[in-house]
Amino acid sequence: MAGTAVRGRLTWQTATVGAVVDETPAVRTLSLEVPDWAGHRAGQHLDIRLTADDGYRAERSYSIASAPGEPVAITVERLDDGEVSPYLTQDVRPGDEIEVRGPIGGYFVWDPADGAAPLLLLAGGSGVVPLRAILRHRARVGSSVPVRLLYSARSWGEVIYRSELGSPADGVEVIYTLTRQQPPGWTGYARRTDPAMIAEVAWPVAQAPLAYVCGPTNFVEAVASDLVGLGYPPQRVKTERFGATGTP
Amino acid sequence: MSPISRGFHRRRQEAGDTAGRVPPGQYLTSDFPVLSAGPTPHTPLPNWTFSVEGGSSPASWTWQEFQALPHETVTVDIHCVTRWSKLDTSWTGVSLDVLLDAVSYDAPYVLAFCDGGYTTNLPVADLRGGKAWVAYGYDGNPLPAEHGGPARLLVPHLYFWKSAKWVRGLRLRETDEPGFWEMYGYHMYGDPWREQRYAGD
Amino acid sequence: MEALEEGVVDGNAIGGLLIELFGTEMTTAVGTCAACGAVRQVAEMAVYRPMLGTVVRCRSCDAVLMVFVEVRGVTCVDLSGLAQLA
Repeated sequence: MAGTAVRGRLTWQTATVGAVVDETPAVRTLSLEVPDWAGHRAGQHLDIRLTADDGYRAERSYSIASAPGEPVAITVERLDDGEVSPYLTQDVRPGDEIEVRGPIGGYFVWDPADGAAPLLLLAGGSGVVPLRAILRHRARVGSSVPVRLLYSARSWGEVIYRSELGSPADGVEVIYTLTRQQPPGWTGYARRTDPAMIAEVAWPVAQAPLAYVCGPTNFVEAVASDLVGLGYPPQRVKTERFGATGTP
Repeated sequence: MSPISRGFHRRRQEAGDTAGRVPPGQYLTSDFPVLSAGPTPHTPLPNWTFSVEGGSSPASWTWQEFQALPHETVTVDIHCVTRWSKLDTSWTGVSLDVLLDAVSYDAPYVLAFCDGGYTTNLPVADLRGGKAWVAYGYDGNPLPAEHGGPARLLVPHLYFWKSAKWVRGLRLRETDEPGFWEMYGYHMYGDPWREQRYAGD
Repeated sequence: MEALEEGVVDGNAIGGLLIELFGTEMTTAVGTCAACGAVRQVAEMAVYRPMLGTVVRCRSCDAVLMVFVEVRGVTCVDLSGLAQLA
């Protein structure tokens, strides 16, 4: 019918796992074919639900790793004592069915309509996933908004999307801090984030930047506090906390 | 109808000689998960008191007074309504028999109250007879704050949500009034051996 | 207002639950704490998930704003800690 938008279902639906890509030894990206997917915004997440044959169910949330317009993909970090992440990163095969609910989130999202203000993206470990979706969206729409990504990871081997971030689009600068282990000859940051580091990488407040901070709760709390301490208005610092996963 | 996730299962029960020690629907863990409904309180010990309110002679102890009470170390199994059970946990604390003997009362129920506002309800009878303690030591060390320190209630024969963290006292009551989780549908009594997880079980 | 502890998350984490319960995106909904009057978006509230249920608290005063408990497939929703949710 002319003029009628197709709405996706905001409740559980069955998705089929497509291709899987191992980003690092503990991190895997899964493409998902979701029949009634309504499209998503950069920064949103989806919920996954697994059902065992005894009826036991587990639900988890994962940030969408792909940009709007790209096939839905999630990037999952395997937690050693996890229940769902070992399954998704080791056992799941293309063709398997899992339930998804989404897209979810209207707060931790970026659209070009948010303006020309420079973006400051701050990632703690797997917190880089929604920020990568933002970067991909920016590139796909041809935005020239200046971006700095500060990515805190334990070691170079644990950097997700390494080759993609190694050749960033024009106007994107990626800065790493490797907190536990650095490769020989490393001249970059080699410590957990602190106010001095944040002050060095953050866009000046006068440019009215927009910050997105994502990662474990401890990381987000510290970084958001550092930004507000620099003078960033709290409403210009968007946060998404993962809990205790991926601590340095 | 949800599709079955091929090969997915809950975290497995550990093997071991545990005949008769694991209630129905539970699995064993060697971890000690931290489950909190709010921020960890940090009441300084000089400000800490434990009180038994209601009754005709309420009592209150400061931390120093509490430490001077007869205490014991016990090894018990604990069972969480979220299905994990942990065997042979070692605690040090004061028996509720000692604390309730210090007051004169006639009430059949208590509401335990805690720093941070958490509450849970219990029959007095379930605190009596060597079945319950106010514990301030775990595994030979001072009880960590994340597990309820400086002191928590320990009532191992009931689901562990009744073993209120950061406990500060008991309010004696004529009627059994639901505490925090009980108000939202958890069982008023909570016997793991009868799988009394939710109201109506 | 202290830093949230490791293991505590924010309202983004209950976005799916809120869509199921309210039928719409709620992480940008603005809540007013009935205890202290603080006003903030759901996404910026503190979320505790001790597995017995979900407890949403005010970041300014720690008061309970919302509680969600699922019992036998039915979710009990308590919003009495909010003076307003828009």
